[in-house]
Amino acid sequence: MKPILERLRSGDILVADGAMGTMLFQRGLQPGQCPESFNLAQPAMLEEIASLYLQAGADIVQTNTFGGSPVKLAGFGLAAQAERINRSAVACVRSAVGERAYVSGSCGPSGEMLKPYGSVDEETLSRSFREQLSALIDAGVDLVCVETMTDLREASLAIQAAKSISPSTPVMATMTFDRIPRGYYTIMGVGIDKAVEGLTGAGADIIGSNCGHGVDNMIEIARQIRMLSDKPIAIQSNAGPPVQQGERVVYPESPAYFGDRTAELIAAGASIIGGCCGTTPEHIRAIRRSVDAGSRPRA
Amino acid sequence: MDVLKDIAEQVQLGDDERVHALTAQAIEQGMHPTAILNDGLVAGMNVVGKLFKDHEIFLPDVLMAAKAMHAGLDQLKPLFAKEGIPTRGTIVIGTVKGDLHDLGKNLVGIMLKGAGFEVIDLGKDVAPETFVETAVKANARIIGMSALLTTTMPAMKAVIDLLRQGNHQARIKTMIGGAPITKAYADQIGADAYAFDAAKSVDCANALLGG
Repeated sequence: MKPILERLRSGDILVADGAMGTMLFQRGLQPGQCPESFNLAQPAMLEEIASLYLQAGADIVQTNTFGGSPVKLAGFGLAAQAERINRSAVACVRSAVGERAYVSGSCGPSGEMLKPYGSVDEETLSRSFREQLSALIDAGVDLVCVETMTDLREASLAIQAAKSISPSTPVMATMTFDRIPRGYYTIMGVGIDKAVEGLTGAGADIIGSNCGHGVDNMIEIARQIRMLSDKPIAIQSNAGPPVQQGERVVYPESPAYFGDRTAELIAAGASIIGGCCGTTPEHIRAIRRSVDAGSRPRA
Repeated sequence: MDVLKDIAEQVQLGDDERVHALTAQAIEQGMHPTAILNDGLVAGMNVVGKLFKDHEIFLPDVLMAAKAMHAGLDQLKPLFAKEGIPTRGTIVIGTVKGDLHDLGKNLVGIMLKGAGFEVIDLGKDVAPETFVETAVKANARIIGMSALLTTTMPAMKAVIDLLRQGNHQARIKTMIGGAPITKAYADQIGADAYAFDAAKSVDCANALLGG
């Protein structure tokens, strides 16, 4: 495989995968259970999910390690298993996708807030990210994805941890913005300008946004990032804010809707497009179709 | 009166050391603990709650203000106990069984405390029985439940059903909130109130307790 940054530089649009949690819940994950524990207990299931996203057309398939940092795993009494959990996650995805897709090592927030707002200090968080990212990188991911961040300090610690372990491993870093009257901000108060500056300054190769409040907001977010940065932009939207339908709660944005909006996301500047909460292999298939339909004929 | 204004201002600025010192000074001056709470700490926290609701400030500001508020509240608590001054009522809060998200719930706790309620925070992943037993034992007036996952929302109904089985529903009211929760869902499962966000939870609690 060509290195991912080379492909992005040459103008290729890459499709990333969709939700992991949604797939795990469909397959028996119980509320309150640690999703990452499945990496050890149910490796075949993780391979199956990776295969489904590969078949749907994803160029980038993510590991089930969103909550795989020791600080986060400690909530389930699994901190000591961090290395095994992360290594196994990489093995599952690699075994499913081989060299047909990039394996992206997911690294989500620690769940703790840094001092003075919370109780954890930078050194502890940094060590925690290093432990997780060392395992992911050593197990052979093609890139690392620091995602769903709302605190720029925490995001920076994760990015710096990855770069200190392996300067050559590409790092994608995405934050989650809310739309408020004066613009897009994370709940911790990070605006798009500060996010672009901070993520880039910490060493991220690809920047962008994930989760959030539906695709339409993401189009605007991508546009605003593009005005401030030349870095490749990754957008992984959730399928809209969940709504009630009778007894069930559903994510409102359909695969067709995602497909329809893909061209606009690309026009806004995104070159990696995937999904977050509530998206399925069908959403990814729809994105794939739109990307293929819009791609320039290859020489 | 000025010291109370200062307390309110320092709560807004999130300066816990100043709030601690000013609260001690107000107590020293012989001010009534209820006045210090309502016109100082609560007044400051109310402004913070409103600014957060209006997106003028962000979570870090709220957390710092809460820390400052506690620096004052901790000194008032023994006085309330000693003088037998009733609080606005006790509220038991928690994130429901199976749900480990507690950011929103923590904010609700901060706002309710800031509004003068006694808050018992059961944390996250709280079993229905624990909600009910704690509320009954503490003579609480309200149980506040939070869920961030669509999959854990049904646990709210379990608590309400338990309250009904024990015939507590007249005395102990329920209010619910969290990202996937709607007013329609609250009505459907028989919750007494739906709080859209942390700031709104104070209005809800006041309305449920009649004032």
